[in-house]
Amino acid sequence: MDAQHEAPGNAARPVLEAPDIARVLTRIAHEIVERAKGADDVVLLGIPTRGVFLARRLAEKLEEITGGKMPVGSLDITMYRDDLRLRPARALARTEIPGEGIEGRLVVLVDDVLFSGRTIRAALDALGDIGRPRAVQLAVLVDRGHRELPIRADYVGKNLPTSLRETVKVQLAEEDGRDAVLLGVERTAPAGGQ
Amino acid sequence: MKRHLISAADLTRDDAVLILDTAEEMARVADRPIKKLPTLRGRTVVNLFFEDSTRTRISFEAAAKRLSADVINFSAKGSSVSKGESLKDTALTLEAMGADAVVIRHGASGAPYRLATSGWIDGAVVNAGDGTHEHPTQALLDAFTMRRRLVGADSGLGRDLEGRRITIVGDILHSRVARSNVHLLNTLGAHVTLVAPPTLVPVGVEQWPCEISYGLDEVLPESDAVMMLRVQRERMNAAYFPTEREYSRRYGLDADRMARMPEHAIVMHPGPMVRGMEITAEVADSDRCTVVEQVANGVSIRMAVLYLLLGGYESAAPAAPSRTEENK
Repeated sequence: MDAQHEAPGNAARPVLEAPDIARVLTRIAHEIVERAKGADDVVLLGIPTRGVFLARRLAEKLEEITGGKMPVGSLDITMYRDDLRLRPARALARTEIPGEGIEGRLVVLVDDVLFSGRTIRAALDALGDIGRPRAVQLAVLVDRGHRELPIRADYVGKNLPTSLRETVKVQLAEEDGRDAVLLGVERTAPAGGQ
Repeated sequence: MKRHLISAADLTRDDAVLILDTAEEMARVADRPIKKLPTLRGRTVVNLFFEDSTRTRISFEAAAKRLSADVINFSAKGSSVSKGESLKDTALTLEAMGADAVVIRHGASGAPYRLATSGWIDGAVVNAGDGTHEHPTQALLDAFTMRRRLVGADSGLGRDLEGRRITIVGDILHSRVARSNVHLLNTLGAHVTLVAPPTLVPVGVEQWPCEISYGLDEVLPESDAVMMLRVQRERMNAAYFPTEREYSRRYGLDADRMARMPEHAIVMHPGPMVRGMEITAEVADSDRCTVVEQVANGVSIRMAVLYLLLGGYESAAPAAPSRTEENK
């Protein structure tokens, strides 16, 4: 969350613009329909904050493709994080499970950036307390690598090889006023922090 | 958030709204098949109760357990306190056992403050009622109930109680609930009016951010919420009013009086209620009475308080920079 408060330094350059993001989401939607053979039992769950907006956009595209109603919700993972004690207590975001529930369905988790994989680990734990899906898949807009856990995405918008000194910032119109993926360089590398 | 919760007056508007918003998310956990979060695993919460209490202790216990904390209940009866142990020695014992938070109820006003500031323990201190001083989590759950009923559960998120008129009726003198509510509701932008016989109004009340009235009937038509308090006979060592019947006639809430309240207004009571004294059975059992709701909301509020006090890092030292910041 901190990265978004830093003004994108002069080094931050867009790697995806609004039309790219729209195209990428359309492709992911088609991939979901293909892999899930029609997406009848798919439930999309976005991880706050930006994952929720991406999930809603994906749901719209899926509804266009399949012509059916696509259940979409949000899954807050704050209470399941493994680094809670490293920082002050955080404000919680909303968990909204669609009325259909997730029992026996195909849950597609949606997030903006896949990095260490720890967020997704927390999301899987959170999901386990809510129900037992038939399967869980993961869709991300950007995969920047550097996994710390054995987790991979099923649908990737863009693979973005990065160094640890680089920052990846996703901006979405709903939250930031415009659509873009920005690649920047951390201005001051924390000494010994990584 | 501060490290302790001693007084509702210590909370800023933003602190209070953060607690209410957090409680709103906690309330949703109660609707799930598994009503438990792993957040406080490995943390120990001690319920240190020097005074009798069922609902507050059970509420804190349920809240801590839903967050997966370990709970140790300690009541003064049947403990070494009845053998003459001091608060300090009890605190040192708890510290030696590694308590991360101490929830304390004590008959002496100021006991939680002493515990928090004496250096006897390192953990967070939560005031669960001290003498006639404060009961901040009760005020928070009352404000939460008001926000849900008067503003709305979802539309209330991030909002306070600006402009709402709250009336608190009864034994203000002995009520820690009233004192905490006055401070918190004022912080949240509500107008508070206290209604009580002159003998049950504390000295110095003119310093409080509220109005005082001696007549219930004038205030009722413009109240958004009316909170009835129990007459605390166990704390009374003198006659504060002639007869119970007279008190009940002048300051009790019955169906006639309730009918004079605005359509949307709610009736609240921190419990335990004495039916027939400050509230009639008809009012207590009506839809507008939120007593049971307040108990359920109490668990959500206490989960929020425990999470915000214990969920982050322990020391005040800045956290080590995390690699995974962008993942939110």
